[in-house]
Amino acid sequence: MSLFVKKLLGVGAAVAALGLLIGFYVSSWASSFPKSVAATTTTTSTGASSELTLETVGTSGPKVSPVHPDWVSYLVKSQGRWVHSTIYTVPANSVVHVTIYQFDSPTGLRNPFMAQVQGTIDGTANIDGKAVSAIDPEEASHTFAVPELGVFVPLPGVSEEAKHPCEAGPCEPSTSDHRTITFSFRTGKKGRYHWQCFVPCGAGFIAGNGGAMQTLGYMDGYLDVV
Amino acid sequence: MTTTTESSTPQPTQRPVWRRLLGFNLLTAVLLGVGGYYLGWFIGRQIGFEGSFHYQTKSDENDVALLLAYFFGVIGFLIGLGFANYPLSRMLGRPASLREKEGEGIGRYFGLCTDHKVVGIQYLVGIGVFIFVGAVNAMLIRAELLHPTPKFVGPEQYLSLVGMHGTMMMGMMTSGIMGPFANYFVPIMIGARRMAFPRIEALTFWLLMAAGFILTSTIFFGGFPTGWTGYEPLNDQAALGMDSYICFFALVGISMALLGLNMIATIMTMRAPGLTWSRLPIFVWSVFATAILMVLAAPMLIATLLMAALDRTIDTSFFVAGGGGSSYLFENLFWFFGHPEVYVLALPGFGIVLELLPVFTRKPLWGYRLAVSGMLGVTLLSFFVWQHHLFVSGINADLRPFYMLSTEIISIPTGFIFLCVMGTLWKARSTFTVPMLFCLGWAFNFLIGGLSGVFLSDTPSDTDTHGSFFVMAHFHYTIVGGLVFTFFGAIYYWVPKMTGLRFNERLAKAHFWLMFVAFNSTFMPLFVLGMKGMPRRVSSYAPNLQGLNVWVSISAFVLGFSMLIFLANVVYSLIFVRLRAEANPWRSKSTEWQLPTPVPVNNFEQIPVFDSDPYDYGTPVAPIGRAQPASAGA
Amino acid sequence: MSEPNHGRRFALIWLVATLIATPLVVVLLGPILPPGNGSEQASGKVTDNTVLLAMAMPVLLLVVIYLIYAVIFFRQPKGGVLEGPAVRGDSRIQTTWIIVTSLLVLTLAVYGTVRLEAGYGAGSGSGPSPVTVPSGPKLPVQVIAQQWKFTFRYPTYGGVETPHLVLPVNQMVELHVTSLDVIHSFWAIQLGVKADANPDVDNIAFVKPTKLESFEVRCAELCGIWHGAMFDYGHVVSASAFNNWIHQQEVTFAPATKVLPPYSTTYLPEPTRRGG
Repeated sequence: MSLFVKKLLGVGAAVAALGLLIGFYVSSWASSFPKSVAATTTTTSTGASSELTLETVGTSGPKVSPVHPDWVSYLVKSQGRWVHSTIYTVPANSVVHVTIYQFDSPTGLRNPFMAQVQGTIDGTANIDGKAVSAIDPEEASHTFAVPELGVFVPLPGVSEEAKHPCEAGPCEPSTSDHRTITFSFRTGKKGRYHWQCFVPCGAGFIAGNGGAMQTLGYMDGYLDVV
Repeated sequence: MTTTTESSTPQPTQRPVWRRLLGFNLLTAVLLGVGGYYLGWFIGRQIGFEGSFHYQTKSDENDVALLLAYFFGVIGFLIGLGFANYPLSRMLGRPASLREKEGEGIGRYFGLCTDHKVVGIQYLVGIGVFIFVGAVNAMLIRAELLHPTPKFVGPEQYLSLVGMHGTMMMGMMTSGIMGPFANYFVPIMIGARRMAFPRIEALTFWLLMAAGFILTSTIFFGGFPTGWTGYEPLNDQAALGMDSYICFFALVGISMALLGLNMIATIMTMRAPGLTWSRLPIFVWSVFATAILMVLAAPMLIATLLMAALDRTIDTSFFVAGGGGSSYLFENLFWFFGHPEVYVLALPGFGIVLELLPVFTRKPLWGYRLAVSGMLGVTLLSFFVWQHHLFVSGINADLRPFYMLSTEIISIPTGFIFLCVMGTLWKARSTFTVPMLFCLGWAFNFLIGGLSGVFLSDTPSDTDTHGSFFVMAHFHYTIVGGLVFTFFGAIYYWVPKMTGLRFNERLAKAHFWLMFVAFNSTFMPLFVLGMKGMPRRVSSYAPNLQGLNVWVSISAFVLGFSMLIFLANVVYSLIFVRLRAEANPWRSKSTEWQLPTPVPVNNFEQIPVFDSDPYDYGTPVAPIGRAQPASAGA
Repeated sequence: MSEPNHGRRFALIWLVATLIATPLVVVLLGPILPPGNGSEQASGKVTDNTVLLAMAMPVLLLVVIYLIYAVIFFRQPKGGVLEGPAVRGDSRIQTTWIIVTSLLVLTLAVYGTVRLEAGYGAGSGSGPSPVTVPSGPKLPVQVIAQQWKFTFRYPTYGGVETPHLVLPVNQMVELHVTSLDVIHSFWAIQLGVKADANPDVDNIAFVKPTKLESFEVRCAELCGIWHGAMFDYGHVVSASAFNNWIHQQEVTFAPATKVLPPYSTTYLPEPTRRGG
């Protein structure tokens, strides 16, 4: 093999290896988005509406999150199963009915302003059957908030003395103590809006706002209005 | 000055491969590094077990473990390379020696070598590799910014990309010219056989490599959300990947401080006879000024990061308001380092331009003393301006006029450099070789960068542009348009000396022109974006700004492509074609070009005696009125 | 062959270019310079930016035209090996340069200081004790930055907290910017206000909106994952519209006001350090 061919092969191999590494690197960044889950849509005589069923768990558990089993998390019901995703697709210009099963214990809000229900269709949320416009800020365990749509719904916690708390996700409303919160809000034009929790539930981090609070898939997500 | 002849070295006997792999080399270093990593992790797990730092179990992460893992990993890596051998042998009473310099062949480049020329080339390639990683991140960032809402990359990944890009580039480019070119050429330019501390010189390189590797490993720990400035308390709030940033910058700081120390000691004590301060090449002056900054500023960074690490691990409260600390403390400590740091980036660029211009204009350097005062003025003043990064932070409002003044004043010595550039170009006989083109590119880019800096130094104006893309444009113009352009200029200028090979002229010119046009096309619109209200480090922006962002992203891709042209030139010219360069293709009068290529191991056969600075170009001008004869310094 | 007088030629070109370009730039670009005329502070800064631009133009033109001139006229003839004149300096030029640049720079520093204090901080966050405070009635509005939303409290209206910022036109507003967790920065773009929000710090900025318009509010200091999503739209309305709005807010957010802590310039809510 002449020197030229050896060099060519050497350079070619280096370029191929580099290309593979870069490709792997780029694709691992580009595919870092968790997959999205579509809300169940029904079209009634009054227009399109969709339903979103979510739950918040105090400990994800190794089944839900092998990487961070101790973190709190939101889960969404998709086709009868609880899925670990926080990207929800809802139709534009429609009403979204949200049901949240809340299994975690209270942490308390840093800003009690978020204790008032805002941005829902009648300004209230239905908590365990009662329409409520604000909760006790100390009782808050999580919130479901879409700041760009003005939606802020505090989710009260399960009492510390509960008999059957859920140990690890995914949690079932039929077996563990929980709070049920339902509310509805309207979507407008298309876009990608972020939603987040405003309770400092990122345990072990400064101001409680790290960890699960700053990782897509746990306490934050996107509302894709399409 | 005398030239040297090559000294003959005995042929080393060929040992079997396995015997050559055994011993203190890169392979051993990697193995010991990995071993150290797991040892540190193990110790960290024991310290941070459940019950002692309870929050660590809640947060699912053990910062103590990762920091100790990195620490022991680096120690293992350095021991494996052989850095502990000499101190240990001296402690055991063995005599002083420089035996690591011996040996031949390409193996020297992959281990501890005390030949400053080898270290220079190691730096060039090593920094190049990590700059490449940083550049890939930049391309990803611009790809994400094609859309006003996040498309490809999740929000925390975007922040990690931004942080990795900035941190990697800042850490690597700090030693971008000091590492490769100062290490290689300063001893030669001052007539010395070596640097004052050759082993420390090698250490600075390997510390930087370990650091780069640690920063790249942050992707396995979730990245970090703070950007390169690492502001508290977000720094404290961040997950595990933040520790990679802390380790990286601590190692870079140590490397910087040692590099600067070495340069100062070498320049002050090892100049050949006759080389007075007023005959020192201007590049060596810029290295000296930069080294002063490095030595004085880097320790501040190391201390600050130690405090940040303590906050993250044992729950101290230096920077957390809730525990009695202050977020301002971090801002001030960081920028007290940070501002001299950016002059560490700028000064070597000044030195390169002023060093190269006389060669290509065939005139002596105009305003030598003015240039030196400019550099030393910048060095001194750079410690008095840092609060301009905190103009809107809510600092004591009485302080702001003072820092506005000091920041405005620092543009005066910077202006001296421009006057010297213009003076050297006056009535010159310029040849527009590729290094010359990069110097002229520097002049334009740094002008824009500097003028935008004047806007930023004006507090009322800064109110609107702080934290926006205007600042991004300003520092990319000064750092990329300034330092990176001169970095390439230096490469094209000195690689024929370092390797004896020529670059392909056509590819080199294509690289320059494409880079210059694409660079301006990428960063000029960023001024507009900043003024229109786009903050930094965001992947969501106002939809009306999408057009400009798309233009910028496409230009950025072209800029990236121009780098590929450079890499192609490197492969083509240095690997395949390998055309021999002439001994002194630029007809330079500088010391290094009077030596044979490759430069002999001990540089000079006899230490030269200097009788002038290396700017003996030009036809003498008869004194008419105020024009000075050639031999007087100005 | 007689050399043309390069000095005179270049000076002439530069002078003409400056005399044409500087007024052109001032007239054409001045009115559209940021931050616009949404407030007194912003208008002041449009003036400042125009002045800075006018002072920067001659410098920009000097260096750029010089570089082009040098590239065109001071060349090595093809294949030549000529040397240039061995001039190492000129103390008159150097002294002139030092004096002129120093004067320019000092003028800018003085001008900047004067304008900063004349604009009561020019919309910047001036810390808990600003140097110049406007006289007359000021509407205090607190900007609370938290991860990842700005909320606004009106202490003179019962301490009501609202999710959007509405301000009355032609009324001096005293913004108190603070944070509940990490460093944020309140940037009301069209009003020309930027004040960092630090935890446990009261950062005061003065602004007097002068145009009835909506303005963009963005966070200008990296504060975590949703830093880029931390934006909102505020409105400047007439005094009567503001009155109606704020009273309506007091009613709407009465449940929240009941559970809010009393108004304070800084807050350190639990968890102050690590949560959980």
